[in-house]
Amino acid sequence: MINKIRTAEEAVAGIQDGMTIMVGGFLGTGSPEILIDALVKKGVKHLTVIGNDGGLPAAATGTTDRGIAKLLSAGMVDHIIASHVGMNPLIGKGMNDGSLECTLVPQGSLAEKIRAAGAGLGGVLTPTGVGTIIAEGKETINIDGKDYLLEKPLKADYALIRASVCDKFGNFTCAKATKNFNYVMAMAADTVAIATEQLYEVGEKDPDTYAMSGIFATYIVGGEKPWQI
Amino acid sequence: MADLKARIASRTAKEFKDGDVANLGIGLPTMVANYLPEGVHIVLHSENGFTGLAGSAEKGKEDVDVINSGGAYVTHTPEANFFDTAMSFSIVRGGHVDATVLGAMEVDEHGNLANWIVPGKMVAGMGGAMDLVVGAKKVIISMLHTQKGAHKILKECTLPYTALGVVDLIITEMGVMEVAPEGIVLKELHPDFTLDEIKAATGCELIISPDLKPMEEE
Repeated sequence: MINKIRTAEEAVAGIQDGMTIMVGGFLGTGSPEILIDALVKKGVKHLTVIGNDGGLPAAATGTTDRGIAKLLSAGMVDHIIASHVGMNPLIGKGMNDGSLECTLVPQGSLAEKIRAAGAGLGGVLTPTGVGTIIAEGKETINIDGKDYLLEKPLKADYALIRASVCDKFGNFTCAKATKNFNYVMAMAADTVAIATEQLYEVGEKDPDTYAMSGIFATYIVGGEKPWQI
Repeated sequence: MADLKARIASRTAKEFKDGDVANLGIGLPTMVANYLPEGVHIVLHSENGFTGLAGSAEKGKEDVDVINSGGAYVTHTPEANFFDTAMSFSIVRGGHVDATVLGAMEVDEHGNLANWIVPGKMVAGMGGAMDLVVGAKKVIISMLHTQKGAHKILKECTLPYTALGVVDLIITEMGVMEVAPEGIVLKELHPDFTLDEIKAATGCELIISPDLKPMEEE
């Protein structure tokens, strides 16, 4: 079996200026903080970041930035592709002063675009956004009398994933509401780094413990901690 | 104002039947769960990834892995099930949500909805709203009838659309209105208001239902 175990620093070492990275999480819940911290420490620039939102700034958590907010605060992001950015004022500020491009995608469409990339589909047809500004520049296709938007696949160079439970092959599960985008993103990037709270030996747990196959994992990093309120 | 919102939430709650799956927006729509009639239990869908949303988590007893779509720590029911975003929105678009309750900036007589871009304010993003109003079997807009006197129920929306032709029912402190092919039909009028008053507060023609009823309060 290939050894996929790495430190957080090793797992993000391949991330270069200008890359597109996906980050799991929903307002920080389910975001791999140790990988994000390591990436901030490495200090790359001009990233395109794909995630549900801009994470939570320290002002909202009462402690520190959470999730994608750390990358935004460090000025590492040129373009964010997300469904909701209202909780992080840095995004609005960046859009206003021209330092940050923001592409908004409906949450369900964002998940399907990522899923399409991971599943080898040329896109998905969704009724969401038909007749709205979201449809601008996209093909509208009529199927059996109903209009759908063609939403094309969205893939990345890297995906930063957070697991609750993972084995050393990379089979993993995200607890409760930490799943969000982690499962689809783990299938849609060239390199997939997984930070996990609990790390088990292969075969130590029943295979049914794991929702996702370890074949998607490039690197596995132990030591992710539960968020401290 | 709090009383008016409670009135709207309690009337909205009467739209549900036992076993319905519902998604309630943040704010006034969330209050609907507090007013469900005796014996009516609904399953709340939280679009960030579960069915079986319950109330707010008690301070000090939060499970950090359980948030609602606004990022607040919440609790879940014993029958809760957690899933990823792809599944969550398959549930939404697939017609497995009986009703969604949301607020609006504007609704028009064609059932078009605008509730995601506030003019002059920073764009927050649509989150799951565009998917929800397109996918839910019934879309209920529960809101104050006007924005400090400015019309919100219009002939045509002026703001960017969230979705076209999706609104089924509008519930305000003044009355209950159904969006029908012929326009907006007033089904219930609250006793605090006259027909002239609700017509003046509405920016499009209000068709008065032949069996107009008083809007019930608890």
